[in-house]
Amino acid sequence: MSGQAQPPSEREGRIGACFARCRAEGRAALVGYLTGFDPDRAASLEGLIAACEAGVDVLELGVPFSDPAADGPEIQAAMVRALAAGATLERVLELAAELRARFPELPIVLFSYANPLLSGARREPAGVAGFCARLRQVGVDGLLVVDLPPEEAAILREPARAAGLDWIALCAPTSPGPRRERLVRHASGFVYAVSLTGVTGAALDASSPALHAQLDDLRGRTELPICVGFGVREPAQVAALAPGVDGVVVGSALVRAAREGPEALRGLVASLRAATSRGAS
Amino acid sequence: MSATAPDPESPPSLASFGEFGGRFVAETLMPAVEELAREWPIAWADEAFRAEYSRILAEYVGRPSPLTPAPRLAAAIGGGEIWLKREDLNHTGAHKINNCVGQVLLARRLGKTRIIAETGAGQHGVATATVCAYFGMPCVVYMGAEDVARQALNVFRMRLLGAEVHAVHGGAATLKDAINEALRDWVANVADTHYVIGSVMGPDPYPVMVRELQRVIGDEARAQCLDRLGRLPDAVVACVGGGSNAMGIFAAFVDDPEVALIGVEAAGEGLEGRHAATMSRGEVGVYHGMRSLVLQDDDGQLQEAHSISAGLDYPGVGPEHAFLRERGRARYLAIDDEQALAALRLLSQTEGIIPALESAHAIAALEQLTRELGPEAKILVNLSGRGDKDMHTVMGRLDAESLALVERARTRHERAGEGAP
Repeated sequence: MSGQAQPPSEREGRIGACFARCRAEGRAALVGYLTGFDPDRAASLEGLIAACEAGVDVLELGVPFSDPAADGPEIQAAMVRALAAGATLERVLELAAELRARFPELPIVLFSYANPLLSGARREPAGVAGFCARLRQVGVDGLLVVDLPPEEAAILREPARAAGLDWIALCAPTSPGPRRERLVRHASGFVYAVSLTGVTGAALDASSPALHAQLDDLRGRTELPICVGFGVREPAQVAALAPGVDGVVVGSALVRAAREGPEALRGLVASLRAATSRGAS
Repeated sequence: MSATAPDPESPPSLASFGEFGGRFVAETLMPAVEELAREWPIAWADEAFRAEYSRILAEYVGRPSPLTPAPRLAAAIGGGEIWLKREDLNHTGAHKINNCVGQVLLARRLGKTRIIAETGAGQHGVATATVCAYFGMPCVVYMGAEDVARQALNVFRMRLLGAEVHAVHGGAATLKDAINEALRDWVANVADTHYVIGSVMGPDPYPVMVRELQRVIGDEARAQCLDRLGRLPDAVVACVGGGSNAMGIFAAFVDDPEVALIGVEAAGEGLEGRHAATMSRGEVGVYHGMRSLVLQDDDGQLQEAHSISAGLDYPGVGPEHAFLRERGRARYLAIDDEQALAALRLLSQTEGIIPALESAHAIAALEQLTRELGPEAKILVNLSGRGDKDMHTVMGRLDAESLALVERARTRHERAGEGAP
C-alpha cells in the first residue's frame, strides 16, 4: 500500500474513501458482483478487469459455494461453473491479489457463504484472526457473508473488524425496525439493503414506494453508506435508485453479460455507471 | 474504536445443542424463523393445540403404532429379543407424517396459507401433500430431478394428492438441492408460506420442533416396552439420514442412561467410496441453516452423498445427533448398500415385513449389536417406514441369481425344519 498517492484514511479504508469520492462527484457508487473463476481463472480475471476498468466502483468478488441457497439461478450457475473450473478460496484470493496490484484504490468485498470462509479460517495456522489478517494483506477490504445474520456472525465479524476488514450487513425488506437497528449497529463499510423479498436476480420494480420507504427508513438509522441490490439489471433502474442511496449493486446481470465476453460486460458496466449520476434522473 | 473488545450488545449465538445448531439463514428469512421460534413453544404448550395434534394422529394417522416382536428375525441373527416400533403402519407408510401434521397445524395457527416442502425419497413429500389435502391447503414440493426419476411412484402420489411437484435440476439434483430450492421459494414467499422441513435439521427452531413432533414415537415405544417387556430395552436402534425418526425415538430414552442409543447411517458403496456417512466421515460445517457435521471437502464445499436409500442420501445430519455423539450419549454405525439390501430381504422373509431401505439399515446393524450386547439383550428398533416405495430399486439390485440363492437357502431351512420334532 506504500506506493499509493493517496492512501485511504485509517478510519475509513478504501470503502469509505470510495463512497466519499462518489458523493463528491454527485453520484451513487456502482457496486458490481462477479463470481471468481467463472467460467475459469483466465476468463474470470479478464472479465473482472474489464468491469473495473469500465466503471465498477466497488467490487464484490464471489467465492463460490456448492450450495448457494440465497442466490438465484444466474449466480448459482456461475458458482457451479467456477467450482468445476477448480475454484477454491485460495485461488479466488489470488485473483483478489492480482486485482489489488492493478487497481490500488478499488474496494474489494469478498462475497460468500459461511462454510467456505470458516473452512479457510480452520485451515489457517493462526486461526480465524490470522485468516482475517491475511485477507487484509491480500487486499480484501470487506466481507459480505449472506448466511451469517448478526446472531451468528460474531465468530467471523469480530476478528474481521479487528483485522481492519469492514463487515457489510444485509438488511431485508422483512427485517422489522428493531432488527434493522441491530443490523446497522454491527455493520461497517456500508449497509446492503436487499431490495426485494427473494433471491438475487429476481425481478425488481425500482420505483416501488415500499422500497423507497425502506431506504428512507434505513437512512434514518445509520450514517453508513447505503447500497441497494437484488434484481437491479438495467440503467433505468440504477437511475431510479441512485438519488436515494450511496450505491447500487448489480450482480446477476453482470454475471450474464460476462458470459457473452468482456466487451459485453464492459458495455453494460459503462451504461450502468452512466446512470449513477444523481442529476440523471 | 476497538473492534477486539467484546460487544456487550452483540446478540448471543443461537446454537441449540452445544456448538451445534443455530440459525444460519439469509436475513430475509430471519423474521420468519424468529416467528417460529417464538410461536412454536407457545403452541406446543397449548393444550388445545396438543389435543388437536393428538386427535389427528389417532383418527387419521392411526396412532399409536404397534410394537411387534420379531422372534424369527432374532433367531436368524443369533439371538436376543427384538421389538419393532411399527412406524411403517402409519398412514402414508412412514414416520414422516407425525411431523407434517404438527407443522401444518402450526402454519395454520400462524395464518400461513401456503405450504412448501422438500423431499428426497418422496416420503416426506407424500406426507406433506397428504396433510395439505386433509386441510385443503396448497402445497408445493421440491424434489431433485434425480430423485424424481428414482421415485416415480411417489411423485405420482403427490400429484394425485393435489400437490405441485417441482423437479430441481441444479447441483446433483438430489435432496440437498431440493432443500436449496425450497429455501429460495421460502425467501421469496415468506409472508404467506410455511416451509415444512422434514427432518431434525435446518435453522433453529426446526431441529427441536421436529424432534418434539416425532417424540410421540419414543413416548409410545417407551410405554409399550414397560408394558410388554416389563422394563426398558437395552438398546434403541434407528436409521439416520437427517435423523428425525431416530431423534423421535431417542427423545424418550435420552434420560435413561441404561438404554444405549444407536444411530445407523448409510455407508453407501463403502466408507472409502461414495457414501452418506456424515457421523463417521463428516466435519463441522455450516449448511442449510445449521452448524452440524457435514460431508465436505477441504475447501468447505459440500460433497455429494450416496446411498441406495434416497431418504438417507444427504450430506448433513441434524445438529442434535452431532451433539449426542459428541457427548457420548449416542453412537453411530454405518451400514452399506449391500448390507441394507440383505437386511431388507431378511426381515421380509423372517417376519413378513418389507421395510423401507432406510429402515433396513437399522435392521442390518442388529447382528453386530446382538453380538455386542449378548443373547439376553432386548433391542428396540424403529421401523421407520415400509418398503413399497423401494420395490423398483430393490428389483433392480436383487437380480435373478441372488433371488435363486435366497430360494435355495430357504428350501434348505425348511427341510431342516421338517426334521425337527
